[in-house]
Amino acid sequence: MSYLLKYVKTSIVKKQLMAASGLLLCGFLLTHMAGNFLIYFGPEFFNTYSHKLISNPFIYIAEAILVLIFLSHICLAIKVTLENRAARPEPYYVSVHSGRGATLSSSTMPITGFIILTFLIWHVVSLKYGPHYEATYNGVVMRDLHKLVIEYFQIEWHVGLYILAMAAAGMHAFHGFWSAFQSLGVNHPKYNCCIRFVSKAFGVFVALGYSAFPIYCYLQGGN
Amino acid sequence: MSDQHNMRLSLKIWRQANSLSKGQMVDYELDGVSPDVSFLEMMDQLNDKLIKEGKDPVAFDHDCREGICGMCGVVINGQAHGPEKETTTCQLHMRKFKNGDTIVIEPFRAKPFPVLKDLMVNRSAFDEIIKAGGFITVSTGQAPDAHTLLVPKGDAELSMDAAQCIGCGACVASCKNASAMLFTSAKISHLGLLPQGQAEAKTRVLSMVEKMDELGFGNCTNEAECEANCPKNISISNIARMNRQYLCSAATHPTM
Repeated sequence: MSYLLKYVKTSIVKKQLMAASGLLLCGFLLTHMAGNFLIYFGPEFFNTYSHKLISNPFIYIAEAILVLIFLSHICLAIKVTLENRAARPEPYYVSVHSGRGATLSSSTMPITGFIILTFLIWHVVSLKYGPHYEATYNGVVMRDLHKLVIEYFQIEWHVGLYILAMAAAGMHAFHGFWSAFQSLGVNHPKYNCCIRFVSKAFGVFVALGYSAFPIYCYLQGGN
Repeated sequence: MSDQHNMRLSLKIWRQANSLSKGQMVDYELDGVSPDVSFLEMMDQLNDKLIKEGKDPVAFDHDCREGICGMCGVVINGQAHGPEKETTTCQLHMRKFKNGDTIVIEPFRAKPFPVLKDLMVNRSAFDEIIKAGGFITVSTGQAPDAHTLLVPKGDAELSMDAAQCIGCGACVASCKNASAMLFTSAKISHLGLLPQGQAEAKTRVLSMVEKMDELGFGNCTNEAECEANCPKNISISNIARMNRQYLCSAATHPTM
């Protein structure tokens, strides 16, 4: 065990663990978006899907794994960021980017990460553990999540903050997706431009795809 | 060149008496700088003036002044080795600046690179990383015949690209995390891509990374500012190679 721990503590393996957990979280972003997408098919479809999901006993295991992935990514991020700060105790008087390396997305990773974490807590508290409505379809009583989200996004600042957080998530993935491959050592002139493109496209897709949900819900308001 | 082309510059230079004292930015005015001189010659001109005034000249690192030794290096207006791409401080010329410019000159900053005096920095930490594994064992005795060891052309090219690293430390200076991964990975790739470097390949990557971490350099966040500021244009693909070799070596090394 101490043998393994020695490697886990090194700069490279720490980054590789962040990369692996980051890529898994990218996968979560996609599946969660696919689930949310069902809201466009109406309340019955959306509620039946969510009922199937949360009534499956394996959901607790899946949730536990997800929490573990989030926690490892966050804890490593905090550790790495603190170490990086300590590596330059005296700051530069002037510091500018060359314009050939760092991007807005890459240089704000700790900030966007913090925004996502704050959002995540707010999101889980206000929706997952939010008000409980019930609906009955074909004699089955289930949680009416459709009603909850529509109601939730009638408040303008909920919509605004959600979109802001999703912009941060998109920016985080914009650099993070490519960065994960680099940390894991996947870098070759043959496919580098492909990974870079997919990373940027993924970031934009996450930001736009998720932002569409609160806007849709807000527009449903009158009905 | 006639005097009318000469420049007047405002310089903001980091002055620090020694590694224990606290430094500060000091303003200097320098008149009559020819656009034809190099950045370090401009510094020489300033020092001549300071000596004549009976003041302490500004200490800075330099040696070959041909862009090949890796000794010089300061942060100019927030960029390691200044604004020019693939250029060491000594190869930067004053024609890249304008009359009346304010130039901020600071030492390379990182915890493992303590300032010795003014702009002089102790970069022995790089020597420590090299000592940890940046070498190969060779058979003594008769020199082997040429082509005894066959090296594929592609490997030789990549190895030579990595071998261009002059160890100046601009990668550390320009990294927001003060990470030494570009330097370390260049040295690992330079030796590890050649057949002569195979015997210690796994040990080398494990030992050099261990030493790099121990010295207090930061972690890489793949921003590529190191590559952008490297006077020899060392690619961050070397860092990726080190990352995968590290993982592979950690999993398969027989004793470490």
